[in-house]
Amino acid sequence: MSKVASMCDAVAANVHDGDVVAIEGFTHLICFAAGHEIIRQRKRDLTLARLTPDLIYDQMIAAGVARKLVFSWLGNPGVGGLHAIRRRIEPGAGAGVGGAAVLELEEYSHFGMVGRYTAGASNLPFYPLRSYFETDLPKANPLIRPIKSPYGDETVYAVPPLKPDVTIVHAQRADAAGNTQMWGLLGCQKEAAFAADRVIVVVEELVDESVVRADPNRTVIPGLIVDAVVVEPWGAHPSYVQGAYDRDNHFYRDWDAISRDEATTQEWLDEFVYGVSDRAEYMAKIGDERMAALQPLGSALSGSVDYGVYK
Amino acid sequence: MNESAAGGASAAGRSAVASSGAGPAFSKSEMMIVAAARELTGQRVCFVGVGLPNIAVNLARITVAPELELVYESGVFGAKPARLPLSIGDPTIVTGATAAVSMFELFSFYLEGGLVDVGFLGAAQIDRFGNINSTVIGDYASPKTRLPGSGGACEIAINARQVFVIMRQSKRSFVDKIDFRTSPGNLGGAENAARIRREQGWLGRGPSVVVTDLGIYHFDDSGEMRLDSIHPGATLDQIRETIGWEPKISAALATTPEPSADELRLIREELDPEGAYTK
Repeated sequence: MSKVASMCDAVAANVHDGDVVAIEGFTHLICFAAGHEIIRQRKRDLTLARLTPDLIYDQMIAAGVARKLVFSWLGNPGVGGLHAIRRRIEPGAGAGVGGAAVLELEEYSHFGMVGRYTAGASNLPFYPLRSYFETDLPKANPLIRPIKSPYGDETVYAVPPLKPDVTIVHAQRADAAGNTQMWGLLGCQKEAAFAADRVIVVVEELVDESVVRADPNRTVIPGLIVDAVVVEPWGAHPSYVQGAYDRDNHFYRDWDAISRDEATTQEWLDEFVYGVSDRAEYMAKIGDERMAALQPLGSALSGSVDYGVYK
Repeated sequence: MNESAAGGASAAGRSAVASSGAGPAFSKSEMMIVAAARELTGQRVCFVGVGLPNIAVNLARITVAPELELVYESGVFGAKPARLPLSIGDPTIVTGATAAVSMFELFSFYLEGGLVDVGFLGAAQIDRFGNINSTVIGDYASPKTRLPGSGGACEIAINARQVFVIMRQSKRSFVDKIDFRTSPGNLGGAENAARIRREQGWLGRGPSVVVTDLGIYHFDDSGEMRLDSIHPGATLDQIRETIGWEPKISAALATTPEPSADELRLIREELDPEGAYTK
């Protein structure tokens, strides 16, 4: 059964006000297209979970979709801070001024977040990790709790399961049933998808089931847990897709200037999110020249393996 | 971890600092990166943090430590980046790498499993015992400046066999008391730290090197930072003016050898032609 849907329909059917939403992907395969559609549909009171909120959550929080952020590293990698989010955290930058809502934070480390998705995906009550000891993180977030080993004197820290209402991932390809293959940095999309109640997969390319079955080791997410498949080339821009297009580092730098000011941030959202109806219109605004500049310089093929035929 | 978030970016372009000797002129940032890279001599597996560690480790890989295996928290072991990545999740760290793995596998098996020899971190604040703050300046609930937070730094500091730190020193960054402890160093002193690490079964021995724009510090028997080498052009007055405590200074204080022409060429032409790290 085909689960192929438009981005508009997939978001309308699977993302609801008040949901816990995880758009995962570590630097790689961040689905900006879905984030922008959530903004356009004016979802509200979301809890946004991601290891690295990145520009996508800076934009979504600037647009007012979220009340809470669950995260582990809040920055623009190699560039600086996430200014729209900081304006909702730092009193000196305007947070809470004039009754403006302050963003609620729930903070972990990277491994803590990965462990949370892992516990969520495997229906365990917590995930134990060797982190947090002798730090201020458990004070900042009382959900990070020490637990004594049942087999000895060691203490480890536990983090609670994270089960998003909906996880959204971007990938190179999937078939119509949602069997999804990706390569390059895999982050924790598998854990986040298995932990979620609903899963939207957004892909560069829709492929036949035979393509998936020819290389089963590359399947990260089975269609079994997928609710919608959206085909949206360039849906990860300004993030990247290994082998398809490069990270738009210029945009990551540009955003630093755009987002320093609330007015220019809103102007950008007006033009590039509210002002377009879908990803194709957004990419038309980005332009052919920029898209050409983001093409890989050449191919680096994986070679192939022989799975063998057994009857 | 990301220092431009900590203190506001300075103007682009390398600040010209004359060298003290007969060699080529170099900047303080270049000296810092070169000194940090040289500290990796003989090391095998290095976990690469965001920002300055990224360029230092990549310089080491093509100079003093050709056997160095680069580990990126984004899920790469044995990276061979063909360009210096702006982010630690750049596609160039995947193409040609030994292994691209999930973050779960990276943090569980490679890091917690004890395979990482050096965790290389940046920091916004550090204290004399090498405890690191990369979370917040001011009060956590009502911060003056919200910094990126731990990322993987907390678990790297606990599980990597040793920790190297690279950061510019100033009264704001080298402080008597950090505002938030994101990553544990030698806690309140070496004895206490060693006991806790032993009792809790940590594989990491904690911080061993701090490289700044003025000098190189190691940790003495009490677990406190000690200046062992001062960079050419820097003075002890400058060292003291940029530390929030009275620093220990080695009786056998050395002068850091200047960057070689080759090291400078690699930084300027191959690793950082736009000067993003060396401003």
